[in-house]
Amino acid sequence: MSATTELNVHNPVEDLLRQDRIPTIWCPGCGIGTTVNSFVYALMKSGLDLQKVAMVSGIGCSGRVSGYMATDSFHTTHGRAIPFATGLALANPELTVVVYSGDGDLASIGGNHLIHAARRNMNLLVVCVNNMIYAMTGGQAAATTPPASTSSTTPFGSYEPEINLPQLVDAAGACYVARWTAFHVKQLETAMTEALKKKGFRFIEIITPCPTLFQRRNNMGDGLAAMKDYKERSKIRHGAPTHEVAMIPGQEIVVGKFVDRERLDYLTLMRQRLGEHYHEWIDAPPQQEEEAGKENCDIC
Amino acid sequence: MPVIDETTTAPCKRVHADPRAVLTGTHFINGDAAACEGALAAGARFAAGYPITPSTEIVERFAARAPQVGGLFIQMEDELAASITLQGMVWAGQKSFTVTSGPGFSLMMEHIGFAAMTETPCVFMNVQRGGPSTGLPTLPAQGDMMQARFGSHGDYLTISLVPDSPQECFELAVKSFNLAEQFRVPVMLMMDECVGHMTEKVVIPKAEEIEIYPRRHASKPPGEFELYKTGEDLVPEMAHAGEGYKIFVTGLTHDQRGYPLMNAVAQRELVVRLFEKIRRAADELTMIDEDQIEGADVIVVSYGITSRVAERSIQMARAKGLKVGRMRLQIVWPFPEKRIRELAPKVKAFVVPELNMGQVVLEVERCAGGACKTIGVPHPGGTVHKPAEILAAIEKGVRG
Repeated sequence: MSATTELNVHNPVEDLLRQDRIPTIWCPGCGIGTTVNSFVYALMKSGLDLQKVAMVSGIGCSGRVSGYMATDSFHTTHGRAIPFATGLALANPELTVVVYSGDGDLASIGGNHLIHAARRNMNLLVVCVNNMIYAMTGGQAAATTPPASTSSTTPFGSYEPEINLPQLVDAAGACYVARWTAFHVKQLETAMTEALKKKGFRFIEIITPCPTLFQRRNNMGDGLAAMKDYKERSKIRHGAPTHEVAMIPGQEIVVGKFVDRERLDYLTLMRQRLGEHYHEWIDAPPQQEEEAGKENCDIC
Repeated sequence: MPVIDETTTAPCKRVHADPRAVLTGTHFINGDAAACEGALAAGARFAAGYPITPSTEIVERFAARAPQVGGLFIQMEDELAASITLQGMVWAGQKSFTVTSGPGFSLMMEHIGFAAMTETPCVFMNVQRGGPSTGLPTLPAQGDMMQARFGSHGDYLTISLVPDSPQECFELAVKSFNLAEQFRVPVMLMMDECVGHMTEKVVIPKAEEIEIYPRRHASKPPGEFELYKTGEDLVPEMAHAGEGYKIFVTGLTHDQRGYPLMNAVAQRELVVRLFEKIRRAADELTMIDEDQIEGADVIVVSYGITSRVAERSIQMARAKGLKVGRMRLQIVWPFPEKRIRELAPKVKAFVVPELNMGQVVLEVERCAGGACKTIGVPHPGGTVHKPAEILAAIEKGVRG
């Protein structure tokens, strides 16, 4: 088989991507595309009606994911993907709403929404691509940047501690919390498939390399070097207490499924609480005659 | 959803409100409650908000009323969230709104721009209070008028309506939703603390007497439909999430398909259209309550609660034999430029009282173009004008 014919082999992932938007803006060695590949396989495996899948992103490199997916795509404002997705999920419960965005977007500017969507157990799958840096804007330090890292805004090394996202969303009440790296493509696909089928607030953190703006400045090599690093340093610990999974430079990267609990989601709880106060709305009713004599209000 | 009226015409079928959501009858309620009923009558079943005085009563009522009609109110963690959650609701196929006051309105600005850019039909109700900053939470002002027009970054046009009574809070709330749907823009219902907390008689008509502008839904099937392709009126049709259209909505400059396009040509095409769709319809969007304009020496231009004080000043001036006309702006943005230009050469002065240090007066002065005097009556808010203050300005105008 020649190289040309090989290139014509159909890649099933293509069906779920907007072909007219390819190539992506992502750099060589970037991990975001790898995670999208796993996600597309997970979507196909999930058996979900793809017409009912809505992808929502914020701003940043990972914020471009929604726009490459051949689903309903929403590229919203910086940090606000989760509240936009909340609106979609509430107004049309038939939708599977996925928020796919970066660490700066979800954990920093959008941190408040992350906490409260988890607390509400909103029906959202949140995929957080954590490249530990603000990449789109040129490599500034983020809330996820490991201490002592060089970035464009920490030229002498950062001195802020980084946030432990699994612990944060666990504490806020997420019903599913997992972390994998861009090296763990199969485990990631399995986690995404599992999470897509679950209700409530689900959170998957993916550690990914940014060769251009994080690795390079910190002498960490290219994308391939990052894969080797992830492979060597990762330790699978399913069910690990999330306070033990903080990312510490040079030490092991704890990956796995940390939380998988059952908890009623927002809309189910709302319906239960409202009981007879909630009236299902049925579209296009037969038009009824106005009641005669309904002049005065009996409420006020 | 509203029932379709068979006497309909293009481009969009006229419908009337669904009686199940309309509280037909005569009520004694405040402006906030009336605005809530207006939203329900207009077809809003969903709202997102964050508590802030003096607007909260609107969603407090909505939280109780919405579940009766299959909807809900969600109290978000802040106004940044509320102002975009409502847009998620709209793209899921619903009509939605939020309510706020000064500080919250400031936080919502980015998402007013997002709604303008993505052409998301929605309503922002701002019950204005004294500012800047935390200001006077429980006292009135009209200091956010320019913010309603220019608040978000970049160039865009939206529509702002200003009610002067609880009755008008109901009526203009309905109109706000209708205009949002017709022009695919975020619409500002600019109330103030006085109008919001004032309790008066409110008559809510029968559902069939309330005209509703329904969503301009995609008339073509997926594959043939382009999200931002427009006809003569420059307003696109809309498809929702979950309908199979694979829509792509972005706050980036985009092409007809909704795809990001980063160049000056795309920017010109998009931003000029966003402007033109409102600018062209400016005449249609003129809504003024006028009285004794013909032969007037002075015209008092006012809006919202200030117009009710101005009315007293006008009566006092007329009792003194002065020829005074009244122009009460119900739609402030787009500004009724044409009408002001027409009248300016015929009068000695426009008198513009407002509960701010001079905002809408700048527009009046600009449109008058020196053809007559423009006399502002500024007031920092916290209470309303004294009728004598406006009367003094009228007398000054008459003297020429």
